[in-house]
Amino acid sequence: MSNLLDLLVAGLATGAIYALVAVGFTLLWQTSQTINFAQGEFVMLPAFLMLAVMHAGAPFWLAIILGILLSLLLLGLGFKLLLVDPMLRHGVLPLAIATMALAIGMKEAVKQFFSAEASPFPSIVPAGDVSILGRVISLQSLGVLALAIAVVIGLTLLLNRTSIGHQMQATAQNPTVARIIGVPVERMILLTFLINAFLVALASLLITPIYLAKFSSGEVLGQAAFIAAIVGGFNQVRGAIAGGLLIGVVDNLAAAYVSTQYRAAVPMVLLIVIILFRPQGLLGRPEERTV
Amino acid sequence: MTINGKYWRIALGIAVIAALIIVPMNFNRYGLYILSQWAVMTIAAMGLNLTLGYAGQVSLAQGAFVGIGAYTAAIMTTQGLPLIAALGVAIVLCFAIGWILGYPALRVQHHYLAFVTLAFSTLAFLVFRNEDWLTKGIYGISGIPRPNVLGFATNRPLPFYYFCLGSLAIVSLAMWWLIRSPWGRAFVALRENPVRALSLGIDTRRYTLMAFAIGSALGGVAGTLYAPLTQYIDPVPFNLSLSLDLLMMVIVGGSGFFFGPFLGAMIAVLLPEWLRFTQGYYLMLYAVAVMLLLIYSPTGILGILDRYLAERRTKAASALRAVAKSRLETAP
Amino acid sequence: MTAVLEVTNVKKSFGGIKAVDGISFDVQEGEILGLIGPNGCGKSTLFNCILGQLAPTDGEVKVDGKVVTGLRPSELNRLGVSRTFQLLQVFPKLSVRENLILAGQEHQGNMMSRLFGPSDAGLSAAADQMIGFFKLDHLATEAAGGLSYGQQKLLDAAMAFMGGPRLVLLDEPAGGVNLTMLGDLKERLAAINREKRATFVVIEHNMEFVMSLCTRVMVMAEGKLLAMGTPAEVRANPAVIEAYLGH
Repeated sequence: MSNLLDLLVAGLATGAIYALVAVGFTLLWQTSQTINFAQGEFVMLPAFLMLAVMHAGAPFWLAIILGILLSLLLLGLGFKLLLVDPMLRHGVLPLAIATMALAIGMKEAVKQFFSAEASPFPSIVPAGDVSILGRVISLQSLGVLALAIAVVIGLTLLLNRTSIGHQMQATAQNPTVARIIGVPVERMILLTFLINAFLVALASLLITPIYLAKFSSGEVLGQAAFIAAIVGGFNQVRGAIAGGLLIGVVDNLAAAYVSTQYRAAVPMVLLIVIILFRPQGLLGRPEERTV
Repeated sequence: MTINGKYWRIALGIAVIAALIIVPMNFNRYGLYILSQWAVMTIAAMGLNLTLGYAGQVSLAQGAFVGIGAYTAAIMTTQGLPLIAALGVAIVLCFAIGWILGYPALRVQHHYLAFVTLAFSTLAFLVFRNEDWLTKGIYGISGIPRPNVLGFATNRPLPFYYFCLGSLAIVSLAMWWLIRSPWGRAFVALRENPVRALSLGIDTRRYTLMAFAIGSALGGVAGTLYAPLTQYIDPVPFNLSLSLDLLMMVIVGGSGFFFGPFLGAMIAVLLPEWLRFTQGYYLMLYAVAVMLLLIYSPTGILGILDRYLAERRTKAASALRAVAKSRLETAP
Repeated sequence: MTAVLEVTNVKKSFGGIKAVDGISFDVQEGEILGLIGPNGCGKSTLFNCILGQLAPTDGEVKVDGKVVTGLRPSELNRLGVSRTFQLLQVFPKLSVRENLILAGQEHQGNMMSRLFGPSDAGLSAAADQMIGFFKLDHLATEAAGGLSYGQQKLLDAAMAFMGGPRLVLLDEPAGGVNLTMLGDLKERLAAINREKRATFVVIEHNMEFVMSLCTRVMVMAEGKLLAMGTPAEVRANPAVIEAYLGH
């Protein structure tokens, strides 16, 4: 029983990170029909940007700030202007394929310019354990969970309580109508790309201390985020959050209770079942079908 | 002009086929290996082109079927069974699994379908890796023999390349005939407008399942050639990235064009080799090249050609119309 | 005379909205029934219910006395029920001839004979005849997507006739078609009706077209049957004038 609690906390912590990545993923899908197959690599890269800044002699806090700014520039603005904008009008598939190529390019670039080996990455949460209700729980798990939850709450508030958030939601639901009622649709779409870049940078900051910085670490993360987004509901931010937490917990429980070999199969089976029986996701609303 | 164009096309086809037969004769072992790999990947991409390009059903599982075919061939031929038997088993197996994988396509489309097939791909990889009793797990299966074809041993690289090329030729002919049959027309109808297709009596369910099953079976065929080509297989080549690579080949070459997979596989297999002189940068350059191509022409390489031809045709047609109009106007 | 189509108390609701609210009618062999009514009165929904594109909430549809409710559109089509669409629904990348062959190929043989038989399923001659009948001769090898709107409408109608249907449901065949072509279309439809004893149900807003082509006219309003009769009777019906023609 006590073991279960540990698993749940660890699962929620990873799940919260998945949720950050999944939320960005669904935002891109909603506002601009972009299925970003490089989303995992988007999480991989910021850690290396921060490491690069630190190698240049900057302190950790400065590296974090510059890393996030660089992410906004490259993964937000650059991604939108250079890849998404020219390809968007040609439909979903070519763009999705282009992001696959982007993923290869990013992995190779990091391997070539940085290192093929895993590098350690400092944690923003101090190491150590705390004792809660007589249980020893790692401070890192708690810190990650707390930070991720704070970001998720902040984002939800931004989307639901501010006028910018409402404009973004209007853009996501129906760009044509949004434009007519005076929403600056273009700016809102750019904003979602920047938010995605911010979220992946943050996820990078939180997850890299646990799994180390490696050029290939995005593959697993990207898949987890896809699954989280689909399981929760592709067209709902809160769905992606729920999906992320669920996949994190399921992943950790599967590692403990299912054979290690087939651990990775559990989220996949969950994905197939959800898609077949509730394609709109657990919290999503059905997408209208045209006859 | 059309007759002339037809002759040119036949001449070009014969020249390419002759080149594929003659030029590699003095290639070294590695060059022949790469060319054989191109032929094998072209077969797999042709299968996916049927499912995706013609019938419009996204699949991220083609790599898994190549894996199933490769393991079938590896397991059976190392037990002393002939490759042709393995080929039969692989085709039936992949056809059946592909048929089942098509069922989700009857319920969900587009990105949902992509993710179901993605999940299948991952599950297949886990089976390859974990079922040691069958696949020898991460240690892989080595010593896969190359077949005797019509009494000729294909142990050496050149005969085996011809074997792959011959298989590619047979598959190409079968595919050419399939897409020109009423089935091919029904597949296109399924892609372009399933609702209208249904109202014309086309059983879209059965054709969807068929598109998946046949496409997957061709993945299996490619796999049965892949195993004797490398003579050693382990799970790694058949992970999700093979499925993504095959999808990229289809799109880059030109999805829904007969020759798309040939070009796509050429870019995916040969371009990285040509870029090898750039050392560690070659995959990066490859990725950039793919992105630039897709930005320039989202319908792939053959999309460029198609657009050019369409433009010429419209110009010719409007010229014709202008002539007709001027005649009308000058008529009393 | 026998009823080709019998519709009994068909209902269809979306959420709380009753789009079709208990419609019953028969269509006799060789008849051309016009179906008119203001926009949003449920005409197209009724079509979709009859054709199996939508499952009716309640009610029954019979074709030649056989219950067909619940059949898929493709099965219904092979029983001889065919349709055209309100919005253009041709296959733009296929040629005109290929569109027509496609429209006929599933009506003969089986999957295997279609795979191993000739590439045109033996339908080139029939397709060319249809092309001639609808005066599309000079366009036979053009891609359907390159045709003008009116030509595509003609092709759409021609496709509906390829399988030699007993019953054809036409959804606004005249919408957006210019006057010359409209006359052509009407004359072609009347000819097929005469020669092949094909039965039609036609949704149309063009009153002149409906009143001159149809033998009987049915008027729908707000999901219900408002009136049914000969064109002259319907035109004189005060309720119809009030609900529809009056506007």
